[in-house]
Amino acid sequence: MNSLSRRKFLKITGAAVGAAAAGTTILKAGGSATSKGSATGIRRVPTYCDICFWKCGTIGYVRDGVLWKVEGNPLDPLSKGRLCPRGTGGIGAHFDPDRLRAPLMRKKNRGEEEWVEVTWDEALNFIADKLQRIKIAYGPEAVALFSHGIGGNFIKHTMKAYGTPNISAPSFAQCRGPRDVGFRLTFGEDVSSPERTDIRNAQCIVLVGSHLGENMHNTQVQEFAEAIGKGASIIVVDPRFSIAASKAKYYLPIKPGTDLALILAWMHVIVREELYDRDYIGKYAFGFEQFAAHIQQFTPEWAYPETGIEPEIIRTTAREMARYRPATLVHPGRHVTWYGDDTQRSRALALLNALLGSWGRKGGFYYPVSMDVPAYPYPPYPKPKREMVDNPNRKYPFAHETITTGIREATLTGQPYPVKGWLVYATNLLHALPNEQETVKAIQKLDLLVVIDVVPSEIAGWADVVLPESVYLERFDDLNVEWFREPFVAIRQPVVDAPYEQKPNWWIARKLAENLGLGHFYPWSDIEEYFKTRLSAVGLSYEELKTRGIILGPKQPNYFHEGVPPQFPTPSGKIEFYSRQLAQAGFDPVPMYKRPATGPPGYYRMLYGRAPVHSFSRTHSNPILSDMMDENEVWVNPVTARRHALKKDQYVRLRNQDGIVSNRIKVKITERIRPDCVYVVHGFGHTARGLRHAFGKGASDAQLITQYATDPLMGGTAMNVNFVTFELQET
Amino acid sequence: MARYGMVIDTTKCVGCMDCVVACKTENDVPQGYNRDWIAYDTNGQHPNLHMEIRSERCNHCDNPPCVYCCPCGASHIHERGGVVLVYHDKCSGCKACIAACPYDARFIHPEGYADKCTFCIHRVETGMDPACVSVCPTYCMHFGDLDDPNSGVSRLLSSRRNHPLIDEAGTRPQIFYLT
Repeated sequence: MNSLSRRKFLKITGAAVGAAAAGTTILKAGGSATSKGSATGIRRVPTYCDICFWKCGTIGYVRDGVLWKVEGNPLDPLSKGRLCPRGTGGIGAHFDPDRLRAPLMRKKNRGEEEWVEVTWDEALNFIADKLQRIKIAYGPEAVALFSHGIGGNFIKHTMKAYGTPNISAPSFAQCRGPRDVGFRLTFGEDVSSPERTDIRNAQCIVLVGSHLGENMHNTQVQEFAEAIGKGASIIVVDPRFSIAASKAKYYLPIKPGTDLALILAWMHVIVREELYDRDYIGKYAFGFEQFAAHIQQFTPEWAYPETGIEPEIIRTTAREMARYRPATLVHPGRHVTWYGDDTQRSRALALLNALLGSWGRKGGFYYPVSMDVPAYPYPPYPKPKREMVDNPNRKYPFAHETITTGIREATLTGQPYPVKGWLVYATNLLHALPNEQETVKAIQKLDLLVVIDVVPSEIAGWADVVLPESVYLERFDDLNVEWFREPFVAIRQPVVDAPYEQKPNWWIARKLAENLGLGHFYPWSDIEEYFKTRLSAVGLSYEELKTRGIILGPKQPNYFHEGVPPQFPTPSGKIEFYSRQLAQAGFDPVPMYKRPATGPPGYYRMLYGRAPVHSFSRTHSNPILSDMMDENEVWVNPVTARRHALKKDQYVRLRNQDGIVSNRIKVKITERIRPDCVYVVHGFGHTARGLRHAFGKGASDAQLITQYATDPLMGGTAMNVNFVTFELQET
Repeated sequence: MARYGMVIDTTKCVGCMDCVVACKTENDVPQGYNRDWIAYDTNGQHPNLHMEIRSERCNHCDNPPCVYCCPCGASHIHERGGVVLVYHDKCSGCKACIAACPYDARFIHPEGYADKCTFCIHRVETGMDPACVSVCPTYCMHFGDLDDPNSGVSRLLSSRRNHPLIDEAGTRPQIFYLT
């Protein structure tokens, strides 16, 4: 691939020299900010955060031997020394009264949450024995690992050594997958994470359903505020008046599910009025003529009845985007599994960016770089005898990562081959995958379900064995070598000890490998030796990394004008306005719009999103973060509230189109949402009994997501296709 | 004499509550209580809405009713920067100050005394910003000397449209919101 050779070329060989030079100046800032600490004997330990996947550089403070607070590491390019509220509240993970303390084995039926505490040896021997039996009876491919976050790197290693190719995370098929496929089909590359969006330099920022400021992806929010401060023009499209909408010059209150119609109409205006970047298109575009002919039909007048957005507003906002190009960023979003047309909608967003010439340009999408820290030289993994189980016959031809729901399907049906064991690391599958009942049914087919986590989540409640992991402030973890604006490597290291029997993932994974007779896959004697081996391969100092938390590499080109070669690893080698590979696979080569289905009368489309103080369904027993927000509310427009005689702060239950009734939830009557939909923050309504402090607070959107629309291109599961009404008997 | 105050840019604030969390961990504010909070001021009808998001706390008023009404001499004006503070050991927990404060900025700490924002005076006196200001990921919060015309906060106030809260109460609040 062109991009790989370019990236390899860009990777530096003399990283250590540059890093040392870059590090010295910034450490001064860090030192002065914490001078009080050293004077009063307060200990500070640099590490990186794990409350979400952004992995911000963090400094943990210990006062009189007790964890006191965490702050951002000023050396860190992601956080620049300022964490988000979840990061700042991260110490609550250490103090969480509900956290798992010792290994647990199931005493009664699955899901009854009756446990007996066991030793690590008992738990791991049991798991290893079961895994060996599954391997003998069904082959190693019959075990799947679901793993979210960098903490899972070592258990992934163990399971690859065991011989399974079936390793997956909900972050693809339940989150960003459609976006990455849509951009890959267009530019040949993913948007990746952290997103390569050059928000801070953008003069016009377009957010289609993306609620920056409520999703607290730290760098993005910092840059969004910076761009606002510099006067950027903000355009927000959302059925809900989001925080971002309150910053917008243009707020477009779109009818849910019709975003693609709006994007097509925007492109129609930009092509028809010849507002696009002619030079950029001339040099880099493939199939522009076919695209331009196709887009003719999508007039703003056509889009108006679909979207509810007036034609003049569509024209005005399209012209606004063109006015600032190429420093116009049409944000690709992140959690984009909405309606089932998600890959094509994401591709339309990619094409709109291409028209504006923003890819590879300042204020658009930069080219990320990374530090050249090689992987540990492990022995080669055994080659699985069977293909991955999730996507038989490439049913979803453009999936480039494993589909969680495909593994679930195979577990249920035994096709293309049986799946008999699940290992689940740090992802609450019952809240992450749509249709809880399907997940529960799949679990019933298993010979073994193991959950490794820090809190007793809903999925842990169904496990045979639960293994308690120490939280990020108590453990070493893999090096963070991220693709970002500038190259860096960061270390996670213990700030305090784990309070009970909890162990880090690297210890668990290694011990499990030993019990499986795979000890030779862990040639290092302790984790610090692992770090030293990887770092010394490129001349980086482990001691320096431990002291600073982060080592920076020298600045490298991020844009075409800085010398990044404008290469697009698509089949045509260009930006594909017309996609032959899509046409050949039987899909629309240029995105087409299909009107979304509506719900039954008296029902409202249920939309869900994030709150800035919580991550997924993993932080609700954190005493600091739950103190900020301990239940969610259902957002209802006053018109809808009147129709159903709802009162402010009243508790109701939500009933979905399939008769599933939620836990009780408080009504928030607000002008900030359209009358045809309701909104809830994801992750609440816990039913796991071990989550005593989060149990029963708010309603679970996941429980109400019984329906989902599968994206035919890549198997993503769209979840904004459920409708709810209100049950009022609750007082 | 310094006159400490805050200038908060509502155009940048996203209401993420990082300020609230930082205050809690910095000052060991007990669970269920906060010294600062977020206000969402929403006006209009969907979709024609305007919303101002504000990080709010004690306004460290120049004319502080909480100090004047305190029967114990616990509420007082600190010698530096005009910061309004409470001597915990003098406070009887009578709540007169809570009734007097138009900003609802005070609460009774579980240990029995009136508690509220201190502008993190323990940090400020060592040259640091208050915890809330120091963590804000949007850089919307600014702390400094309002009496110094060259301070960052003074320059922001002289160059940007701004308003304090409940000016009509005559308390002369020292936190200003840029709009």
